[in-house]
Amino acid sequence: MIRFDAVTKEFPDGTVAVDDLTLTAPTGKITVLVGPSGCGKTTSLRMVNRMIEPTRGSISLDGQDTGRMDQAELRRGIGYVIQHAGLFPHRTVLDNIGTVPRLLGWDRKKIRERSSELLERVGLEAHLGERYPSQLSGGQQQRVGVARALAADPPVMLMDEPFSAVDPIVREQLQDEFLRLQDELGKTIVFVTHDIDEAIKLGDQVAVLRVGGTLAQVAEPAYLLAHPADDFVADFVGRDRGYRALQFQETPRLPLRPERCVVLGERPEGRGSTWLLVVDDDRKPLGWVEPARVGDRAVEDADLHRGGTVARAGGTLRGALDAALSSPSRRGVVVDDSGTLVGTVMAHEVLSAIEDTDRPERDEGDPVRGGAVTVAGDEA
Amino acid sequence: MIASLLDWFLDPANWSGEDGIPARLFEHLWYSALAVGLGLVVALPLGLWVGHSGRGRWVVSVANSARAVPTLGLLFAVALWVGPAFRGDLAYLVPSTLVLVLLALPPLLAGTYAGVEAVDPAARDAAQGVGMTGWQVLRQVELPCALPLLLSGVRTAVLQVVATTTIAALIGLGGLGRYLIDGIALGDYPRAAGGALLVALLAVVLEGMLALLQRKVVSPGLSGRAVGRSRNDDDAGTGKETAQEPVDLRAPA
Repeated sequence: MIRFDAVTKEFPDGTVAVDDLTLTAPTGKITVLVGPSGCGKTTSLRMVNRMIEPTRGSISLDGQDTGRMDQAELRRGIGYVIQHAGLFPHRTVLDNIGTVPRLLGWDRKKIRERSSELLERVGLEAHLGERYPSQLSGGQQQRVGVARALAADPPVMLMDEPFSAVDPIVREQLQDEFLRLQDELGKTIVFVTHDIDEAIKLGDQVAVLRVGGTLAQVAEPAYLLAHPADDFVADFVGRDRGYRALQFQETPRLPLRPERCVVLGERPEGRGSTWLLVVDDDRKPLGWVEPARVGDRAVEDADLHRGGTVARAGGTLRGALDAALSSPSRRGVVVDDSGTLVGTVMAHEVLSAIEDTDRPERDEGDPVRGGAVTVAGDEA
Repeated sequence: MIASLLDWFLDPANWSGEDGIPARLFEHLWYSALAVGLGLVVALPLGLWVGHSGRGRWVVSVANSARAVPTLGLLFAVALWVGPAFRGDLAYLVPSTLVLVLLALPPLLAGTYAGVEAVDPAARDAAQGVGMTGWQVLRQVELPCALPLLLSGVRTAVLQVVATTTIAALIGLGGLGRYLIDGIALGDYPRAAGGALLVALLAVVLEGMLALLQRKVVSPGLSGRAVGRSRNDDDAGTGKETAQEPVDLRAPA
């Protein structure tokens, strides 16, 4: 557990970056600090490993005041991931990953084994280990950055906009893998981002900070979207927060309809002008095709319309709605956990499912809340 | 001219004794190494400190503006001023070495400082963030990353010092400059030309050796020699994220 206790940071020029911040990052959870630039989120993060010293107040790790700990020792016990990865350009990928173990004086063989293990863990092939950072793509560098932070298995990780310098597709992959990794590792993580979508996707708890370094609200993502504490938070979580909130609602029983399919490489039956779903031999959806454009020949890879997203049965309402909206046939593809087609669903069916569901209400359990008082109802 | 130059090189008398080519070459190398070595002793810690701490940048500016001082004038001034304080060979060696060190300092200092200064701020931040002490940051990150610029500073310094050691013969120092200065004084042009040629050859050979050294000690990750997949290649770590999934299967979670 990381605890900020009335922490204030005032820089020598008089700027107050963080103002009387009291916040707890629970053990094993991801706490996201989010806010516009100048809200002190990075400063707050950097005060945890004392890259910046607080002016007033204290930060404790599992009850121990960090201000009393040896600085280098403290940092070696905290994983640190930054925006541009900050890999050491003169060291190979494996040597980069082994940085902290080397500082801790592990023996060479153990460092080597641990580094290789982590390389694989973050989804990089073994042969990349001998490369230098300049030979990697931005996304790969970021993975190495995460591996380096994990090397000595620290219980706490600090992540400062680690995915913001890569393109959106890679970012999403990295986020998904990060969540998967966190499921396995259960680290106590403080994560800084300016991107509210990222905050909501990754955070178990999201702390919204406002310019001047004060805490506006801290809550679980679903609660934050449903009950912003004030206009600033409401504005910051954005216009489409209603849609975004759907991602926290598990799909109820959706009326799935069976879908007429054609296997790739086979001839479509019938000549209908409506869209036909193309699957592979394992009934995994590949894309849509218009039979009229294929005619009598077999469906080829090039015929596929790949625009639609795929929702997972038992996934979220947002996924289901998005699948329907993005599908050229207006029928959203739903698959099971192994990726096999289960059926399709239409947008209006998802919508009526939404109308039948209760909003996640504020009285169900009491989500962690910050200093700001929640005004009931008016933003809902 | 060419023939007499060749004769000079082929004359066995020129290859032995105190005034022989090997002895003079050795002297020349020794004076140069002494000057560059002393220069490094001063410039390396100073440059690293200025680059690491960001303090005292004026030192580099001062050293750079010192380049404007004419070497020859400085050589005579120092020889007249410092020389009398010493006896024997030292009367020549000390003033010339002093001037050569002063000459070597600006490129050494600038190279070291610029090298450390140019280290990626993110790498430096990460180095501190993972728990390196100031000394470890310097030793394990800043110094190795500074090597390319640092070593080009060394190369510049070596070339300047080797060239200028020649002139130091004017105030009585040994080395290959003796052939040049004495040759001109005696009207023995093959000897003068031979000396000049030897200095040029020495400079070229040293430059080559330093280039090799640079290749050896600078990490391939810095020199750009490690060419492989470039940054803009596929971002998928293993390739499996993008492969064979025509429909966007990332269930929007």
